[in-house]
Amino acid sequence: MKQLLKFALLALLLSLGTAQARLTIEITGGIEGAQPIAVAPFGDIDGARVSLDLADIISADLARSGRFLPMPRREMLVLPTQEADIDFREWQLLGMNNLVIGAVAPGPGGGYAVRFSLFDVFSGKKLASKSLPSTQKGLRHTAHRIADAIYEQLTGTPGVFATRIAYVTSRGRGPKERVTLRVADADGFNPQTIVDSPDPLMAPAWSPDGRRLAYVSFEGRQSSIYVQELTTGRRQRVASYEGINGSPAFSPDGRRLAMTLSKDGNPDIYVLDLGSGQLNRLTDHYAIDTEPAWSPDGSHLLFTSDRGGRPQVYRVPANGGPASRVTFEGDYNAGASYSPDGRSIVMVSRIGGQFRVVTTDARGGGRRLISPGNLDESPSFAPNGSMVIYATQNNGRGVLAVTPLGGGGAIQRLSQDTGEVREPAWSPLLN
Amino acid sequence: MDPRLPLTLLLLAATLLISGCPTTPTVDDEPPSARELDALQQRPLPPSPPPTTQPLQLSPFEDPSSPLYRRIVYFDYDTSEISPQYVDLLRAHAAYLFNDPGARVTLEGHTDERGTRDYNLALGDRRSVAVKRYLVAEGVPSERISTLSYGEERPADPGHGENAWAKNRRVELVY
Repeated sequence: MKQLLKFALLALLLSLGTAQARLTIEITGGIEGAQPIAVAPFGDIDGARVSLDLADIISADLARSGRFLPMPRREMLVLPTQEADIDFREWQLLGMNNLVIGAVAPGPGGGYAVRFSLFDVFSGKKLASKSLPSTQKGLRHTAHRIADAIYEQLTGTPGVFATRIAYVTSRGRGPKERVTLRVADADGFNPQTIVDSPDPLMAPAWSPDGRRLAYVSFEGRQSSIYVQELTTGRRQRVASYEGINGSPAFSPDGRRLAMTLSKDGNPDIYVLDLGSGQLNRLTDHYAIDTEPAWSPDGSHLLFTSDRGGRPQVYRVPANGGPASRVTFEGDYNAGASYSPDGRSIVMVSRIGGQFRVVTTDARGGGRRLISPGNLDESPSFAPNGSMVIYATQNNGRGVLAVTPLGGGGAIQRLSQDTGEVREPAWSPLLN
Repeated sequence: MDPRLPLTLLLLAATLLISGCPTTPTVDDEPPSARELDALQQRPLPPSPPPTTQPLQLSPFEDPSSPLYRRIVYFDYDTSEISPQYVDLLRAHAAYLFNDPGARVTLEGHTDERGTRDYNLALGDRRSVAVKRYLVAEGVPSERISTLSYGEERPADPGHGENAWAKNRRVELVY
């Protein structure tokens, strides 16, 4: 309990050192049931000079998952870097379940070899041990991959620390308004602008291979859908019909893009085959049909429709067919998407006049409140299904929030010094 | 010489003196005002008829007294129904468009920030389409009206609360 309080009071403000407006992370909630783990500082071997504190990055990753309570470094009495130096009784006395040690040695071609080992403190058993090659620039990413390996070893679920998030920022008003689409590491580091515009940008969506982003741009005054290749910055305009062109969503095989088009009279769901250019219409109803989201097996799509009078979540087969309703509770359910295992749905629901993030099972039942409200939107699952990211307001400004599911109430807030942040999209698991 | 003549002459002179000075009739004895002095110094108006003068022609969009000066229709929450208070406004715009074959208008639909962004994009579209239908029903050819939605992306007021939200739920007529 003491450690819980200590950690809750420790508002981890990780300020980021890039030139762009930074994404600051705050941990704002308490963590319950988190497992104590010690990540000892990594040693330098053979003169390898590493300016990055890898153990610190790994600890912060594990903490942000909500499942672990990393030991503060100043409480460590010994700092082993080799297995032979470990006295497990010391770590048992400190109440640790697990211990991580590591070291960095020079690698071929001016790079590094980063070694780590994970131990069970009670048995002294080595659970995992690996050496990862890394470039100088790739060290941070390597630390994230180590955190992923530790997380997966201890929870059985792949980690998401080496993934990315895309999001929209805006600052200024009227003719001075500037909107950007950015991609940052999952911990908010290294934000990079991939689109910069005086006109609105919306709805970023990752391709399943993590190499492309689809998004909506209002350049030229009308909404259009673009698909942009991240490594080259090259993009293709794939939809700019009359009326709305919105809500792009890649199919699980990456070959099709679902979207909302109103060109035939009112907003409906269409699927574009990116290879052939063929456009299939999936819904044909005079109501608003929008926000398509694929099921993980690609067999059907969820979407939002107000054909029943108010926005509710429906599903429709991917190759066409009748739509059926999924949500029956409440008078506003929208923005739905599946968890990676297809067993849960996250969405925005209006409850008591407030807009909150909610999860349900695949049939729309078993509703659980995930966010406190009251203007929460754009929720989606992390690619391992363990957390939900969404957009909310804090002190009147747009920020992002991440909450672990089932692991406790820890909430991280990601915000910028100036301006708004919104519309987060979590990348798939990247190699 | 008649001994009374000098006195009569004196009296006559006095009378002439009193009544003879040409003065502008004023009740009091204040010195003339600047305007009066200025009037005395200005040339009199010319005898020929003056040139014709006309008031400046403002476009109805710049003229506050014209119904076309107002170009925003506001909406209640969660609806695209046009309130009765905007009927006159839309009729005026419809008449303008009907009578000027070269005139075109774009209807930009907007919503307040509540709810999901993509659904709001569709709701803004629905509002602009509702206004378009009204104008078409009043006789405006459909090809001269285009619609566009910004959803909640371009609020008129970035605040959070009903005061701001009421200003954002709108369709703007853009010529």
